[in-house]
Order: sequence, then C-alpha cells, then structure tokens
Amino acid sequence: MVSVRVGLAAWTAAVLCATALSPALAQEDGELVIGVSQYPVNLNPLTEAHVVQSYIHGMTRRPFTAYDPEWEGRCFLCTALPSPEAGTAEIRDIPEELGGGRGWAATFTIHPDAVWGDGTPITTEDVLFTWELGRNAQSGVINFELFQDIVAIDAIDDKTFTIQWDQVSCGFDMINNFELVPAHLERALFEAEPSAYPERSLYETDPTNPGLWFGPYLLSDIELGGEITMTRNPLWWGDEPWFETIRVRPIQNTAALEANLLAGEIDMIAGEDGISIDQAIAFAEAHGDDYEVIFQPALFYEHIDLNLDNPILADVRVRRALLHAIDREMISERLFAGHQPVAHVNINPQDRVYNPDVPTYAHDPERAAALLDEAGWTLKPGSEVRTNDAGEPLALTIMTTAGNATRELVEQVLQSQWRRLGIDVAIKNEPARVLFGQTLAHRQFDSMAMFAWLSSPENIPRTTLHSTMIPTPENNWAGQNYPGYRSDEADRIIDALETTCEDPEKQELWNRLQVVYAEDLPTLPLYYRAMPYILPTWLEGLTPTGHLAPSTLYVEHWRPREGAAR
Amino acid sequence: MGAFLVRRLVGLVLVIAAVSFVSYALIGLMPGDPIDVMVSSNPDLTPADAERLRQRYGLDRPLLTRYLRWAGDVLAGDFGFSRTYRVPVWDILLPRLGNTMVLLGASFLLSLAIAIPAGVLVATRPGGPVDYGVNLLCFAGVSTPSFWLGLLLMYAFSVNLQWLPPNGGGSVARDGFFGWLSYQVLPVTALTVASLAVYIRHVRAAMGEALAQDFVRTARAKGASRRRVVYHHALRNAMIPVVTVIALDFGTLFSGALVVEQVFSYPGMGVTIYDAIIGNDYNLALAALLLATFAILLANLLADLAYAWLDPRVRLH
Repeated sequence: MVSVRVGLAAWTAAVLCATALSPALAQEDGELVIGVSQYPVNLNPLTEAHVVQSYIHGMTRRPFTAYDPEWEGRCFLCTALPSPEAGTAEIRDIPEELGGGRGWAATFTIHPDAVWGDGTPITTEDVLFTWELGRNAQSGVINFELFQDIVAIDAIDDKTFTIQWDQVSCGFDMINNFELVPAHLERALFEAEPSAYPERSLYETDPTNPGLWFGPYLLSDIELGGEITMTRNPLWWGDEPWFETIRVRPIQNTAALEANLLAGEIDMIAGEDGISIDQAIAFAEAHGDDYEVIFQPALFYEHIDLNLDNPILADVRVRRALLHAIDREMISERLFAGHQPVAHVNINPQDRVYNPDVPTYAHDPERAAALLDEAGWTLKPGSEVRTNDAGEPLALTIMTTAGNATRELVEQVLQSQWRRLGIDVAIKNEPARVLFGQTLAHRQFDSMAMFAWLSSPENIPRTTLHSTMIPTPENNWAGQNYPGYRSDEADRIIDALETTCEDPEKQELWNRLQVVYAEDLPTLPLYYRAMPYILPTWLEGLTPTGHLAPSTLYVEHWRPREGAAR
Repeated sequence: MGAFLVRRLVGLVLVIAAVSFVSYALIGLMPGDPIDVMVSSNPDLTPADAERLRQRYGLDRPLLTRYLRWAGDVLAGDFGFSRTYRVPVWDILLPRLGNTMVLLGASFLLSLAIAIPAGVLVATRPGGPVDYGVNLLCFAGVSTPSFWLGLLLMYAFSVNLQWLPPNGGGSVARDGFFGWLSYQVLPVTALTVASLAVYIRHVRAAMGEALAQDFVRTARAKGASRRRVVYHHALRNAMIPVVTVIALDFGTLFSGALVVEQVFSYPGMGVTIYDAIIGNDYNLALAALLLATFAILLANLLADLAYAWLDPRVRLH
C-alpha cells in the first residue's frame, strides 16, 4: 500500500506543480496562433504542393499572380498582368530552333522593391534559375509541365522579363505556379547534383534562412511535424503587418483542434485546413456568440461520378431519374444549414463563366419514376426493387471515402431516397488512398463514386471531361475522366476554350459546355462545399477566398479591431 | 547461458530481416502511391507530371528491386531520407522516440507503481467490497476508449478549468521544466488509466493463484508474517505472468500510442509510423517499424532472463 500512496502522491504533486507553474494559456499580444489539421510536410514550393504549405507560403512568399477573393486574376509579385491592350502580350512566331509554331509572349515586371529576406533583390536572375530548375526532369519539381510549356524567357533587365509560351492558349497572363526560388542560395546546390536537389535544398536543410522568403513574414522556427513560427519581415515592401509573430499549430484530431480553440491555446482555425462543415455548424450553434464563424462558399464541387460503361447508367434517362429522385435542397438545408448550396453543374455560380440558364433537376419523384418506367425499369406489384424485362434488378453501388462522416451521412440519405423509388443502392466505401489511388484511377468502380473536385476559377475541365482523358491501360491510366464520358461536342468546346480568350465567344463556349454537361449528366451534381473559418471576434481583415489561393495572401491586413479586447 | 544468448541474437537478426521484407511488401502492395494522392489534391498536376514523379522516386520499379536496394543501403548504415520530410530518418525518429519514451515510460512506471500493490491488495481480500470496487473501476478503465477519455480530460482541465494545456509535447527550453511537465499530465493520465486496469487484473489473478499454492500454506505454517508471505513468497511467484505482460507492453515504448498521440497532438512514434505508412514514406516507416520490432524482441529476451531470476527452477537452454 505504501507504493500506491507513493505513486499517487508523486503524480498528484507533479500535477499540482505543473498546474500551478504551467505557462499561461492565453496568447501574448502581438502574437496570433492558428490551428490547422495537418503538418505541411516540406516547404520547398517547387517540390511539393499541399494546402498547409500553400497557407504558410501565403505569409512568407508571394506568387507572381493568383486569383483574388473576387475570383479575378491579379499580380502579387509583378506590377501588372500582361495584356495585348497594354502592349505587354502578343502572339509571336517561335523560332524553328525552339520548336517553331506560334505562341503568346507575355512580359512581366517584378515589383521594384521586392527583396529576399536577406536583402538580396529579387531579379530576373531568380526567374531564369527557377525556369532552369523547373524544366530539369531530375530536379523533382512537381509542375514540370508548366516549365516545359515555356520555350524561352528573355530577361529585358533586372526586373523585367518576357515569357514565350509554346502555344496560343489562354492563361498566358497568369503564372500562379511559377514559384520563384532564390538563385543566390539554391543555384550551387542544384548544379552540384540536380537529382539530389529536393533533399539538399535549403528549404529542407535550413528552412529558417531568411534568404528563402520574401513575404510579410519570415519563417523563424520550425518543429518537424509540429508548430511553425513566423516573424515580421523587416524588409517587406508592402503594408506593414500588425502581428509580430504568427504561429501555425497542426492538430490532427479535429475535436482536439476545437478544444484547443476553446481552451485559448489557439486563436483561430483556418478554413483552408481546419474542421469539417458539420463540426463548424455545431460549433457555431454552441459558441457562435464568442467567435465569428464564416462559411465561405468554395470551389469544391461535391458530386457523384457515374461509370458510363455500366449498362444501367449508360442510359441518360436513368441518370436523370437518379438526380430527380434525390432531394438535394433538403440535404443542403438539414445537414449543412444551407451553407453548402445545391450544385447544378460543375462550374461554381461564383465563377465568372457560370451559366445561370443550365437545365436543372428539381426533386421530383414522379418524374423520376416515369423516366425509369420509360427506360424499362418497372416496379412489379409486391416488389421493392425495379426490374427490367429480363428480370434483372435495378441494383447499383455507391462508394465514397471511408471515415468521412459527412459523406457517409449524405450517402445514407441518398440510399434511402433512391430506395423509395425502387432503386437498390449498396454502399461500398474505401479509404481515400484506395479510392483515389486505385479504384477511381483505374476505373474499377461499378457504378457510382462520391467525392469532390477542387479547381481554380475558369478552370477548363479537360482532365475530367475530354474523351482523351479517360484512364485506360493504353494511356497508362492518365486523366481523370473517371465516368468514361465521350461527347464530340464537349471535346470540341474544350479544345476551342483553350484558345478562345475573349468574350463574348469565350462565354458562349462556356455556356454551351455547361448545358451539354447538364443534359448528358456524366456525373450527378450534389453541392458546392464551403470552407468554415472560426475566428476570434476581435480579429478583422481576414478575407476568405474560397479557392486555391489562401487567405494568408492578405495577412498584412489582419489586425485586432479598434478597441476590441483579446 | 552464453549459447542461449547467441541463439536468441541470431534469431533476432532473422526476425528483423523477415519483418523488414514483410513490412516493405505490405506497404508496397497497398493500393495507390503518394503521387496518386498528390494528383487527387492538386488540380494543376498533369498526367505527364505524375508519371515523371513516379520515375523520379523509383515508384515505377518492381517491389523486390526497391526492397533489395533499400536493404543494401541499410546494411551499409544508410537508412536514407524521409520522402515526406526530406531529412535523414533518424533526425525525425530520435526526437520522437524520446517523446514517446517520456509519455509511455511515465505511464508505464505510474501504472506499475499503482497496479502491483493494488492487485495484491484485492487478491488478499477476495470477494470483499474493496475487490468489487477495484474490479468495477478496472472494467471502467478497460472499457473507456482512450481517445474519449483524452477528450474528456481535455474539456475538463483545459477548456473548463483552464488548468492545463490541451496538447502534449511542450519543450523544457521554451516552457521551463514545470511548463513542460504540464504538457505531459493529460496524455500520461489518459494512457495510465487504460493500462492500469489491465495490470491490476493480471496481478490480481496471478496473486490469487499463488496464494492458493502449497508453498504459501507451508510458509504460513512455519509462522512467517502475513507481510512476508504475501510480498516475499507469493508476489515473487505471481510476477512471472505479469513480467510477460510487461515485456509485451515494453515494445509500445518504441512504437507509440497512436490514438492518444493524435488526440493530444503529441509528436511521438505512433503518429509518425501511421503517417509514414499512409504517406508511403518507406524509409521512415521501415526504420520506425524495425526499431519497434527490435525493442519487442529485446524485451522478450529480457523477460526470459527475468523468469530465470524470479524462478530458479527455470533453466535457459
């Protein structure tokens, strides 16, 4: 018994001491602690792309160009988007030694005050080095194709350069993924052994080197797998940020993330990588008076891919019936408190190219039943499942990412609504890695798969809709047209969109593509997902974007409200 | 004894080699690879980019070729870089191993310090109110999922009372010793509750059996004090099955406690191994799994030695 007493007494003493002397839970003034649910893994902008990495980069770097919160393209590191009107973009003949043909030539100017965190000016030397590194197949750069599409870069002076693209396609004025790296620090490491660059880069070996960063903040401390600390960049050329220090703290378990917020360990939860929509709705109900909860409509298109090689789903009447049979308005209202609006096509209504006149499929069980009858799937007296003339049941499967509570809940609602119409749908979920890595990538799903596409504004859906993008063994499973959708008209429009850059021709093509999509229904549109931000009421200036460009690109405008207490 | 040790060490090397191959093969045979996952989350990545990245990281080569190359490097002392963190694997594993040993070591010692005397206490009073009370608490402890208990502790002591930080980890350099200690309290408590219940039940069962043995009756008949009979004669014999359980649990000091580490954002081995397997980070996952295997084998070897020490009738051949 002595041991029990000693053990308990020692633990109690330790707990009391730790409790009495533990650091204050509240954050210091001038410091902002942000909770996210994942660790950014690595920080080299060329060798990895990850949502939390992009979130950190929004504070410590600036892209040349990106979409703003109004979903319009704008310059960050450059001074103006190139355009033919301004005389900074034109179509030129490409010299034969560079491959010949014609392509856009776009001239960008780097912000005159832009400097790396160690004081070295950002110049065209960095641009040329990044291009050289990016098109080296050994360097481990992920967006290699972007750099391959550039046939030449002409450095006009230290700050101005012209990119010669290899074709006449739209998008010549945006170089969002041309992620600049410092030539004065990285060139020697790259040239010593290009294939070892990802491991030898200073972004891996010395990530707090100020010369790697050029945003309003510099990365000042990093715990592998833990917290990342950023401090104000004294050489930042834009508006001065208010917070002296920003910490980004990854907490994988989202219930613990919420508890950390309530305990005052973190100040806010990032919408880009935080808690799920249902958690945020419950949080808003319980603590809505103490926090600002923003549900930002986002470019996440939640939908069901249909395998069009399945004979049942090959019939467009069945596809339309499946959509008429489900009450998406009810799902949006009951499960998401209206924060995730019903989708009618793959283009978000906030996107400039959205067509508001696309055909829609309201909840109409009678219409759905009539379509199924017409397609030969009838409900025999006393039977619960429709059958065809051959006596085969109308049986389908639906898959989604196992463990995603929201999707699993929606799946059950859909299953029950289809069941009422005599459609037997079995649920067969798989872990995300298996679903995306094998089942969808190799088109091994039997009939339906529910997931989301994330895109950028005005994203031409070539990889998801063009018939050349159907994954097959012959093309080494390239492409993301998982339904196996083949439409000559859609192919023609997508090809034309690549080179039709001006309205009204461009908008007409977009309008028609959306009508074709809505009529053919290669997928069942469900809803557009929202990103939930949980912010302290004292914070102002944070503007969610709803797309891939993170809200941290405007971090210099984040500050406490006038007179608000923390 | 010498021959026994040599045989066990040879066996240990063979088991580690087999585990390394099986682990490598299992991770490799899982559907999808890291590039597939990257493609699904990055709309700008083209199919050509994905194919080139697979070649760059050797994911297009046969599994056996990859394994043999990895094994050759390991035999040369090079465990390689983590694919995800891009640093040598030991730079990640060693600090996390330290964290896990603190978390699980503290919980382990605390559990034993409480469980052994508590188990003895209830074994010597079978069927009494203390026995029923401790049994009830043990069932509650075993039945309580550690993630739920963790969240409960977090809401009670961090959110409502605001006494303790809701995270694990902390650092002596940044938070001071007591600050660091405050970060350990909740995760250690959550883990201790679960293992405490298991240990108490094992000690109680083993002691109950030992107390019914003839040598205990003989010791009592010879006039040994109750304390000496219980602690000197019975407990020493009852410890043999308990040592087995302790030896098995010792391995977790190296493989971590995934659920509690996730709930408390504790940078330990459990989360590291899980993330490495999910992310196909072969070098990191295999180094961590081999370390855990080695620890379990070593603990079993030590347990065998402990049997011989506890019971002179046991001979090691």
